[in-house]
Amino acid sequence: MTLYLLSLLLAAGSGLPGLFLRRRGAEVSAGLMTASALLGIGAALGVLAGGPVPSFRLPALALTSPSLLVLDAIAAWFLIPVLLLAACGAWYGVRYWEDAHGHPRWVRLVFGGLTAALVLLVAAAHTWLFLLAWEAMAIGAFLLVSTEDRLPETRRAAWIYLVSTHTGTLCLIGAFALLAGVAGTWDLGALPRGFAASRLGTQTFLLFMVGFGLKAGVMPLHIWLPPAHAAAPSHVSSLMSGVLIKMGILGMVRLIAWIPDPPLWWGALFLGLGGVSGILGVAFALGQHDLKRLLAYHSIENIGIILLGLGLGLIGKSTGQTALAALGFAGALLHVLNHSLFKGLLFLAGGSVVHATGTRNLEQLGGLAKAMPWTSAAFLTGSWAICGLPPLNGFVSEWFIYLGAFRAMAGARWPWSVGVLAALALIGALALACFAKAFGTAFLGTPRTAAAAAAHEAPRTMLLPMAVLAGACVLIGVFPMGIAPALDRAIAGLGEGLPASSRLAHLPLVTVLALTLALLALGLTRWVWAGRRSEPVPPELPTWDCGYAEALPRAQYTASSFADGLVTGARWALFPKVHEAQVRGSFPEPARFESHVPDPVLDRVLDPAFRLGSRGLALLHVFQTGQLPVYLLYVLLTLLFLLIWMVV
Amino acid sequence: MSQALLPTLLNILFRAFVVLLLPPLIPGIITKIKAWMAGRSGPPVLQLYYDLAKLARKQAVFSRTTTWVFLAGPVGTVAALLVASLLIPLGHTAPLLAFEGDVILFAYLLGLGRFLTVLSALDTGSAFEGMGAAREVSFSALAEPALFFGFAALARATGSLSLTPMLQSHGMWTAGHLSGPLMLILAGWGIVFLAENSRIPVDDPNTHLELTMIHEVMVLDHSGRPLALILYGASLKLVVLGALLVDPLLPVLSKGWLNGLALLGGLALLAVVVGLVESTTARFRMNKVPQFLVAGVLASAFAFLLLLV
Repeated sequence: MTLYLLSLLLAAGSGLPGLFLRRRGAEVSAGLMTASALLGIGAALGVLAGGPVPSFRLPALALTSPSLLVLDAIAAWFLIPVLLLAACGAWYGVRYWEDAHGHPRWVRLVFGGLTAALVLLVAAAHTWLFLLAWEAMAIGAFLLVSTEDRLPETRRAAWIYLVSTHTGTLCLIGAFALLAGVAGTWDLGALPRGFAASRLGTQTFLLFMVGFGLKAGVMPLHIWLPPAHAAAPSHVSSLMSGVLIKMGILGMVRLIAWIPDPPLWWGALFLGLGGVSGILGVAFALGQHDLKRLLAYHSIENIGIILLGLGLGLIGKSTGQTALAALGFAGALLHVLNHSLFKGLLFLAGGSVVHATGTRNLEQLGGLAKAMPWTSAAFLTGSWAICGLPPLNGFVSEWFIYLGAFRAMAGARWPWSVGVLAALALIGALALACFAKAFGTAFLGTPRTAAAAAAHEAPRTMLLPMAVLAGACVLIGVFPMGIAPALDRAIAGLGEGLPASSRLAHLPLVTVLALTLALLALGLTRWVWAGRRSEPVPPELPTWDCGYAEALPRAQYTASSFADGLVTGARWALFPKVHEAQVRGSFPEPARFESHVPDPVLDRVLDPAFRLGSRGLALLHVFQTGQLPVYLLYVLLTLLFLLIWMVV
Repeated sequence: MSQALLPTLLNILFRAFVVLLLPPLIPGIITKIKAWMAGRSGPPVLQLYYDLAKLARKQAVFSRTTTWVFLAGPVGTVAALLVASLLIPLGHTAPLLAFEGDVILFAYLLGLGRFLTVLSALDTGSAFEGMGAAREVSFSALAEPALFFGFAALARATGSLSLTPMLQSHGMWTAGHLSGPLMLILAGWGIVFLAENSRIPVDDPNTHLELTMIHEVMVLDHSGRPLALILYGASLKLVVLGALLVDPLLPVLSKGWLNGLALLGGLALLAVVVGLVESTTARFRMNKVPQFLVAGVLASAFAFLLLLV
């Protein structure tokens, strides 16, 4: 526990020395964060390797609570990505967020505070502590999102985030109060059998789902996620998308661990929400031109995949199919880790693009692979992994979920999981399309603007964190059996008698095939290379392009046109907005074409609803005359009304 | 031990032959059939072998726009297909590796090849190639569910998640209530086969207008050995996906070498059928292609539904 507490303190204080140092404050804070990460990850690995579960209690609070903080296997599993991404983000921020952007010290201070809140949250075993850490996390993230508050869109994003996170907290307070009423204590722990099926259990469950779902960004509660991720500094987006939204998943996982007998419809609800989030998340991502918004919608998609895993696991738990439960939970938890690795990586690489070119708009980028070879390799690794393509880590976790879905279906117990299969296949194909678009438009081809042409490679302190995350993606993808024992310990608390994942999936064969693939690719490259060297290299030529004169960069396929087929194909769900100038007359004016896909809930439902609401409330202005006697009259009338009401 | 060694060795040799040497013959057969149907004599059946040998000796030209991603396309596609070919049973001979869930790995390896091909097309910065890439990813988004519904139906029928038992359980298909779903699955997969291999009516590898192509337009700028890899990869894909279609239909024969021959015959027959389809149908307008693919999804989804009752 000492390691964990030290790590917590170091993270919380990592921004403090920087306030007083004139120089090197950023390096000091990144160093402290690294120390914190090493200690905390050490503690977590100790637990996941089967060591004793450390816990911490405050003597003063001991009357009500056996322990305040418990670093069990689930907490340890979530702690690792928190600290890894925080340390990577801190180093990344050293050069990424310099004085030019404003408030660098402030950002570092709050970044440390946010990390500490996350560290506290994963191990919180007491309701109040959990809610306190939850609130600290929400406020910290709000402050970081609003860093660039001179921009109106940033202010809007921050407000939307603040409102939605507090709506979620309100639901959580209600849910925890109901829970405490049942358990008779504020300690978090196992709940009695039969509670889940009761009416109170249903109410608690739904409140939890809204509260945690808002944080996780489950469609349709995702409204805060795309604007906030786009507005925040990239290392903050990386931490938010990588681990902050996972705290919603942590809540759901805890809930699953507390409930011994979840009803079948819980699992079905998880699957439904997961399918909707997954498919719509990736579909809306396809319509985005803002690199960071696109990545944010992909977070929604991956939360959907995680929910599909949890849903299958819940169904396995409800129906007593332990193998299904193990596969679902293992897939979900591994995807939590994997997603934080590759999405963190993608946000960092995307941030380097913003850093180098000053724009997030894909249509203004292009050809960056030449100027930024390492960043583009990092982005490609992240894209490869997020599409679930072998041999990277995204494949392994999706594979578990696929295996679970197949098993549920083939076992004749629950044939409807074929829907999960179809959803996953569709998500995979669409994610591939979306990342081909993102990587292809930003990094390949020729630069579309002067800013993109003048791009430069990111400095080493920004590349190193990306290399760490990319290495982790490859490592888990090629050697998944290395992480399987830890994964088994993490899911052990979620159900009884879950079999080991190594008995359910042939992980070593994945390694064999991954190495075969690498060897084949290496051999073929050598063969191609040998053919190239045998003769003098031809002079640099332009793209042949069927013999047309060398095409202008503007003639390249754009991100919008790349996605156009799929976006118009799904216009019944996406409602893309197209602004198109009519071409009239013999000598038409220059015309512009623009299209974007607005958010379905925020821009289509909530915005008009609140507008209408505020217009309706404006009707009340007639009562506000601004004259004191009239207000006194209101007071009198109210008192009279209350009097009559009490008497009657 | 020595008794078991010889058949295994022969099996490996047979697989190496089918995967490494045979593929370029399949497009040759298709072209020959098309030529005969049109009343021409056509190029020799072995034409693709000559082309590959010629390309292997040629110098590759790289545009100054391209990066290493341009090479990753052909290399990665062929590597992924070769690994996928380790997983698929060829007729009633055993694959080198079979395990629970290899179906998904198989499908995702095909996806990996597609991802890298698309990226290497975008690497040229050419509008034509971008167009082909966009079409490829759009249409494959519909082909993927068709493939997976078929796998789901087979998994349901055989109770297994591995390609080998799924495709080789011949005895089950003669049972009356399973032959209907099997036909539907094969219909759905047939559509996937045509689309993934860019054959008529989805795509026309021989058309002259780049604007109407899907796959061919993505590889316009490749030359020399990379182009050789692309051509070989395309023919390997015909064999690998063709095995999906042919395997369930083959009868189980008593001798190993007869089973091997049956597979070769089946693949040749498939090539003939593709040639006949290509000779007798025109390619669809681009906006009809999604409907065709949705028909494939529906066919394999119906197969699954039939297996539920």
